[in-house]
Amino acid sequence: MISKFLRGNIALSILAVLVSFVVGGILIALSDPTVQSSAAYFTARPTDLLSAIWNAVFGAYDALFRGSVFNYQAATPTGMIKPITETLAFATPITMAGLGLAVAFRSGLFNIGGTGQIIFGAIFAGWVGINVDLPWALHFPLAVLAGVFGGALFGSIVGVLKATTGANEVIVTIMFNYIAALLLSYFLKTPFLQAPHNINPISKPILDSAKYPAFLGPSFRLHAGVFAMLAAVAFVWWLLNRSTLGFQFRALGHNPSAARVAGINIGLNYVLVMAVSGALAGLAGTSQILGTEGSLTTGVAASFGFDAITVALLGRNNPFGVLAAGILFGGLRAGAVTMQASQGVPIDIVFIVQSMIVLFIAAPPLVRSIFRIRNKQEVAK
Amino acid sequence: MKLSNKTPIILAVIALLALLVAALAPTGTTEIKFQAEGDLLPLPNIDVSVSAVTWTAAILLMLLTAYAWFRRLVQKRGSVAWLAPVFGVLFVLSILTTLYAGKTMTLTALLQGSLSLAVPLIFGSLAGVLSERVGVVNIAIEGQLLAGAFCSALVSSLSHSIWLGLITAGIAGALVAWVLAVFAIRYVVDQIIVGVVLNVLIMGITNFLFSTLMGGNLALFNSPPRFDTMPVPLLSQIPVLGPVLFVQTPIVYLMYLAVGLVWFFLFKTRWGLRVRAVGEYPKAADTVGIKVYRTRYISVMIGGSLAGIGGAFFTLGQVGAFGKEMTNGAGYIALAALIFGRWNPLYAALAALLFGFSENLQFGLAIIGSHVPSEFLLMLPYALTVIAVAGLVGKVTGPAASGKAYIKS
Repeated sequence: MISKFLRGNIALSILAVLVSFVVGGILIALSDPTVQSSAAYFTARPTDLLSAIWNAVFGAYDALFRGSVFNYQAATPTGMIKPITETLAFATPITMAGLGLAVAFRSGLFNIGGTGQIIFGAIFAGWVGINVDLPWALHFPLAVLAGVFGGALFGSIVGVLKATTGANEVIVTIMFNYIAALLLSYFLKTPFLQAPHNINPISKPILDSAKYPAFLGPSFRLHAGVFAMLAAVAFVWWLLNRSTLGFQFRALGHNPSAARVAGINIGLNYVLVMAVSGALAGLAGTSQILGTEGSLTTGVAASFGFDAITVALLGRNNPFGVLAAGILFGGLRAGAVTMQASQGVPIDIVFIVQSMIVLFIAAPPLVRSIFRIRNKQEVAK
Repeated sequence: MKLSNKTPIILAVIALLALLVAALAPTGTTEIKFQAEGDLLPLPNIDVSVSAVTWTAAILLMLLTAYAWFRRLVQKRGSVAWLAPVFGVLFVLSILTTLYAGKTMTLTALLQGSLSLAVPLIFGSLAGVLSERVGVVNIAIEGQLLAGAFCSALVSSLSHSIWLGLITAGIAGALVAWVLAVFAIRYVVDQIIVGVVLNVLIMGITNFLFSTLMGGNLALFNSPPRFDTMPVPLLSQIPVLGPVLFVQTPIVYLMYLAVGLVWFFLFKTRWGLRVRAVGEYPKAADTVGIKVYRTRYISVMIGGSLAGIGGAFFTLGQVGAFGKEMTNGAGYIALAALIFGRWNPLYAALAALLFGFSENLQFGLAIIGSHVPSEFLLMLPYALTVIAVAGLVGKVTGPAASGKAYIKS
């Protein structure tokens, strides 16, 4: 079932993105007040409507571009390049968690638990980042490792449950997402994580000695986590394509029965797959808590759990594809902020575009029928 | 059939826990208030001794455990259906009395609140039952609820007709279900992915329209009428249960009807047999001439319309306006109820009631200033579901072909 996403080609992905942007444009146009008012006298002056639609859609997508790639309206050079760094700042956790899910999907496991694993990574990394006092060279790696371990631990519980009891990992991970969120909210109300003398559910700030270095200076949100992301991409590529473990994972994904006959320990591999997958999501958690956030709140995972699923699917579970898709969705997130601020288009348009992309990617025949592309396989028949 | 020792063991553990509660419970009394507004025969409040209740409950639980072991070891039979619910109610009663020691427990209000929270869950779990029984995993319950909530608010605001809003909610839910079905059946896309994505899509669309369309004119677009409670004559006069069950809005009565009908159609009619056959073994069903695809579309969409009506309960039954993401994960709890209720409409409804109760308890406990963290009460549905799918309490298996696309060859 999952291997279905591995087939298909890049052209189809690009078309899916395109169609989704067109649908997004239609929604933007429909909700624009000028468009609505000029539609009322369409027959009298049709050009008014057309120009109103053009203004609404072009204005929105121009703002998206200015917010995510290059702001040509900014006064300073820093302001001009800031958008692209914002895009990368959003792309970092999304790509990391997306890589984790890609590993699971490739191995035939539907890990929907990105959110929970990010939260656990953030809890572990946050606790170490707040309560341990060490120089940066020791403290930072320790905090990152703690986060990776937290995610791996939470992920591997799912693997253990599946290996020992056959519990469906989809249901378990969905339920675990909620359990993790509630646990976090409980911890943030108790002295375990809550900042003293604070009534809000927020932790003490992370010590500077545990933070990803802000290598571009304090005016940028982008931090060294972006290099960790690139390292994670390389690691996942190596793991899946060059390592014995990765071979076993893929064998599991292709055909568990055949893998078993070939002497692969299925149960152990379920646990390992989920541990690796959770570890990468935990890494995404560290990028949030030790990089952009500064202190732990209930919103630490944002919508990155869902983003990770879509990124893994759009990137067709290939590490480089995931990176490209992660940067695309990072750009959408960053640009949507500007789009809302300058054009009044609600940020939720991103969710619509994003989910349309996945639906179109998941159903290649649908995209083919929109563009009237003949399927090569059908022609061959 | 291999008999499992798990259920009696679990029961024994719970009975021991109850014993522990009885031993540690504070002395004193708990006042139980039965009264509700508009009672013809007001019942007096009862003062019960905490130790009396907890000890009685513990002893009864021990007896029930002994009975379960007797059935298992001597009669070599499995557990009976009524045992678990009775067991649960007794245990909860014992815990409640302890928590409320020295305070007043307004039982009717506690139950009323639970039912209100459970209504959308029950509708949602019925949608899941109808969908999964026919072989389509329905993760999109959340989206169906949300679509129903939004459309009912919009349409009944514009039309000033509450019933038109309710019908639209059903149609909206069915539409979401149709999209799910098209992708699952026609495009053979993984049903879990479609479900997860549909939830986010509906969230995005409703949030977007809420900000743009409704935000422009709340009075015109988002001020639907609300259903009034309609007490059922006679039945509403039953002490305690009457005001809880029969002084409700029409949506709730519709829910009673839906639970019964879904159960009846699924298990007592030819149509239900076909649905279940398609969900268990589509190839066999196809061979004997059942139209697999059509059965799947119809059942999934009927389910979706029920979830849509459940979504309307948020707007037309409770709040009286649509709010961003107002379903707040109810769809996923409904999914949990459906699994915990083993894909059976009646058990799923009971599970939803239990989840509604645990969710509502936090409010009751907050009033008396109890220190039980609400997070753990809210966690109950999810934790119980994990326990259920992990097979720790009995074996939970869904329909065999659920989640698998059927490709006619």
